[in-house]
Order: sequence, then C-alpha cells, then structure tokens
Amino acid sequence: MKSLAITIESVHKAYGSYVALDDVSLDIQAGEFLTLLGPSGSGKTTLLMALAGFVRPDSGKLLLGDRDITRLPPNKRDIGIVFQNYALFPHMNVLANVAYPLVLRKVPRAEARQRALDTLARVKLDGLAERNVAALSGGQRQRVALARAIVFEPRVMLMDEPLSALDKNLRETMQYEIRRLHDHLRITTIYVTHDQREALIMSDRIAVMNSGRIQQIDTPQRIYDRPSTRFVAEFMGEANIVAPGSARRIDGAEASRETLMIRAESFHLDAKLVGGDGVALEGILRAKAFRGENWLLTLALDGGQEVLVCIPAALAGGCAELAAGQRMTAYAPAAKVHAIPGAMA
Amino acid sequence: MTVVRDPALAADARRERRFFLSLSLPALFIVGLAAILPILWIIRQSFLTTGGEYTVGNYQKVLSSGLTWSALVTTLELSLGTLAACILLGTPLALALASVRPRVANVLMAFVMLPLWTSILVRTYGWLVLLRRDGLINAALTGSGLTAEPLSLVYNFTGTLIGMVHYMLPLFLLPVYAAMRDIDPNLIRAAASMGATLRQVIRTVIMPLSAGGIFSGSIIVLIYAIGFFITPAVLGGGKVNPLSTRIERTLSTFQDWGSASVLGILLLVLMALIGVMLLAARRLVAQNTVEASHA
Repeated sequence: MKSLAITIESVHKAYGSYVALDDVSLDIQAGEFLTLLGPSGSGKTTLLMALAGFVRPDSGKLLLGDRDITRLPPNKRDIGIVFQNYALFPHMNVLANVAYPLVLRKVPRAEARQRALDTLARVKLDGLAERNVAALSGGQRQRVALARAIVFEPRVMLMDEPLSALDKNLRETMQYEIRRLHDHLRITTIYVTHDQREALIMSDRIAVMNSGRIQQIDTPQRIYDRPSTRFVAEFMGEANIVAPGSARRIDGAEASRETLMIRAESFHLDAKLVGGDGVALEGILRAKAFRGENWLLTLALDGGQEVLVCIPAALAGGCAELAAGQRMTAYAPAAKVHAIPGAMA
Repeated sequence: MTVVRDPALAADARRERRFFLSLSLPALFIVGLAAILPILWIIRQSFLTTGGEYTVGNYQKVLSSGLTWSALVTTLELSLGTLAACILLGTPLALALASVRPRVANVLMAFVMLPLWTSILVRTYGWLVLLRRDGLINAALTGSGLTAEPLSLVYNFTGTLIGMVHYMLPLFLLPVYAAMRDIDPNLIRAAASMGATLRQVIRTVIMPLSAGGIFSGSIIVLIYAIGFFITPAVLGGGKVNPLSTRIERTLSTFQDWGSASVLGILLLVLMALIGVMLLAARRLVAQNTVEASHA
C-alpha cells in the first residue's frame, strides 16, 4: 500500500461575509503526520472537510498524489476519516461497523470478517467484535472508529479532534497509540486539534491556523521555539512578548531593539546559569503560585508589562521564601530569546 | 452491613411516589369512562336481542353474512392501500425534508401540515370538486387531450383511497421526519467517506435508523384507517363499504344495536391482530438489522 502526498492550492471558502478559508495552500508529503492546530473558528475543520469532500471550496484545487480530487464526490476519494464524535453506526455491532467499508467494496464475507478482526486486534479490541456499540466506553469507541478508518487501507487519513471527548489520561495514552499506529502504517495523516500539547507530541509538522489562514507551518520544535508571529507564540504556550527596550543584556552590551518572545520556562533566577549574552528582566514580584512540578511567578516590569516566569520545582530552592512586592530579576539564555520578525508589541 | 432506615425518611419517599402516581388519576378516570366502559357496554349489547334477552344470534347473523366479509376485505384493502401509499410517498418526502436546510424544511413542513388544520369534511368535499367527472382534474385531462374520456376518480375505491391518503400522509410523515432528522449527519458522512454511494447510504444507514419512525407512522395510519368513516362515506359513493359504514348503516337503517356491536367488536379484534403483527414484524426487523448490514 502506498500513501499519497496531499496538495492544497489556494483554497478559498466563504460563508456569506465570513471567510472560513482565506487562500490556503499547503503541501503534505506522503506518509507525513501533519496537524492543523488552531482555536475554534480558525478554519481547520473546514479545511479538513474540504479534503474529505463535505465542504465545496469556492475556488482552489485539492490533489491526492497527482490526482485532482476537487470535484470528486466524497465516496470516491478513498480517504479514511475519524470523526470527533466517532460516528459509529448504532444499528451495527463492532464487527459490522469495522467490516462496513469492506462490505461496500464487495470483499467476500469471510475475508471481510477476517480483515475486520485483524484490524480490531491491531487497535487492541480483540474479543469485543460482537459487542453492541452502545455498550462500549469512550476510549473503546474511539478505537472502533480508528479501526473502521484504516481497515480499507486508505492512502490518506483525516482525523477531526478525535480525542477531545476523552478524559486526560486516556487522551494521552491514545495520542501515543495513534502515533505508533501511524509509524507502523505510514498513512499520510492530517490531524485537527486545538490542543497545542497534543499537536507537539504527535506531529511531524504543525500548521498553525487562525482566521482562515495558515500562520506558520514547521516542525513542533521550531513552531514552539521560533514562532513567526505573535499569535503562534501565544497559542503555543506560556509566551512572554517583551516590548523593545524592556530587556537588557547581562553583559551590558546594547540590547536588542526587536520585540522578543521568551517562554515562561526559559527563565532562571540565577544569573550564573545564563551566559553573558543572555537577557535580564527586572521588576516587582506580583504573585506566585505553586503548580506541583513548577512555580509560576508573575513579574511586573518597570514599564508596567507583566511577565510570567516558570521555575521548575527542583531548581526553585528560594521560591517559597519570595514575597509579593519584592524586587527581583529573571534571566534568560540567548538561545531561548527569540525575536519575532516584524511584530509590534 | 445493614443500614437501619429512618422510618420518617422512608415515609417521605412513599408520599412522594404516591403524589406523582395520583397525577395520573384524572386521565385514568376519563379513559375508564370514555373508552373502557363503552367497550364493555358494546360487548354486553352484542349478546342481547332487541328485546333485551341474552343471545348469540347477533354473532351468527353478522358472521354468516357475506356483506360482513366483503366489508372486512374492503377495510383491509383501504387500510393497507393507504399505508402502502403513505410509505411510498411519505418516506422519500421525509428524506427530502430531512436533507434540506432547516429553514426550507420548516416552510415545506408548514405546507404539509396545513391540511391538518382544515376540517376533514371540508377537505373531503374539496376532493369531490376536484375529482368529479366534470371536476377540475378531469377538465384538465380531457382539455389537454391526455385522456379522451373523463376518468372515474370518485365515488369508487380510487377516490376513497385518494382522500384517505391525503388525510393520513402528514400523520405518517411526522414521526418518520422526526426519526430522520435525528440521524447524526456525521453517520452519513462517515458512510460516504468509506465509499458508500447515496443509494447505499440510504439502504444501510438511513432506512435502518428510521425504521422506528416508519413503524410508528404505520401504526398511526392503520389505527386511523381501520375505522375511517367520513371519506369512504362521501367519496365512496355507496360503492365502498368498509366496516365503519356498515356499522353506521346497521344502526341508521335497521336500528340493530346488537349486530352493530358485533361489527364494532370485529373492528376491535382486527386492530388488535394488526397491532400484534406489526410488533412481531418490528422485532424481526430489529434482529435482522445487524445481519442485513453485513450482507
């Protein structure tokens, strides 16, 4: 089985005056796991549904491999989809659900049954084949949906927030399992989520979307460490956007005149842990909170701007003694200070 | 470990249960008065002569009469014919209503419901105007040259069926439409993404999931159709005589309460039989759903 590359060329979709997709172009390589990440209303689900064939773009082109699928009906696209609410057929048992795409393809009954059982074993649902769908837990339903989407060996797979209905622990387990399954099958996958941690954990590349546009597309690490816009910086985690002039160099050299992005966890309270080319931020401690694995300090800079400083509990020897209102300095190494190109603070 | 229950709390719980049960009393009273008592009275009547003596003669008379059996056949023909027409016309219509945007569906639904607000007598005579030999439909048909002779559309079985279907269709449509509207659109999308054509989606997803609505609609149609009176009386022109018009004739012409009661009981038994058959059919369908989706 060969998976296919996906090409999205200037796809545009508007509902009345509301622009859901604003000239979106995107190339996904064969076998890649790409996540569309963004807040609700950013257009990520619309883009996924356009690929699936349930949303008709106003203009633009969609290609699977070399094949133009823009006007192909959904049932001819050969794309496996996992829906947010699983969309399992309530009038069929687990086996019938998973065998459904095979039955449609006129696979002989015995073979369809065997392939469905094999796929159920692959998602660790052995023994539940005859179970009624209504009798399954959320996690089990998720696995059935997954099995049903891969059983017919589609060359592309789309997942629309498949884990959002699960509780936290189960969600984390499933993240690794879905990724492991992908590493095994290598089906080109587009995964939609609004959970940045999930995107970081699972993806080869992440496309961050906002207001119908792709803000940045890159590897998880680069998206996190080198966001190209303020939106990406703030969406990806506790980011401090520091106005030009607020930070000074530790070694006294002239400070950067750009807007800086420093993640909360990049700070140290001890200047010795940061090189001379690092930056120092000075201010008054507004608040502190113990969060288990770390302390979160809120620092008010002299310009009035507030900065979040996150110190790992293991290194936070002095944090418990800090008192609100006291003056303090936080230091960040140069490697963790990122200038946002062209951003205004 | 046994817990000693506080008798005061248990008494509170009992009082609460009793209060909610007592809410059903007025309805039970009315049903008892308006349905159960008259049925018992009819059963008693069916065993009495006009003189008031006990007899099984009414049953002998009614069940040995050819008129009774032809009325029974007519009742079944009308009911099943109406049901078949409702299923054939109503199911695709419900599917169409469930597929269009909600706003459009609401407008179309209003058109479907409009006849329900009109008196059945008015509607029945309305059909008479349309279907007569010199009525609008025949005028259009002969005027346009589609037919040489006017068709006999009324004062016969056809006319009665048209009138009955017109009355029943909205009643059938409502539960079917509700069932189809309740189907998660993602199920249809999921089926399509796995390769199902529209026809396959309808057969493997939409129809099994609206079977409950079609079943409810069918029961409603049959309950109404079996005892339907006005439409056969007006549009049948005396030639269509189901049990209902036979009961009326027996009473108005012969004042034979005994025989009319026997006919009434016959209607009741017929209804019960159809109900049992439908329930059995429903159970069979439910059992076969999983199998069928496999095939």
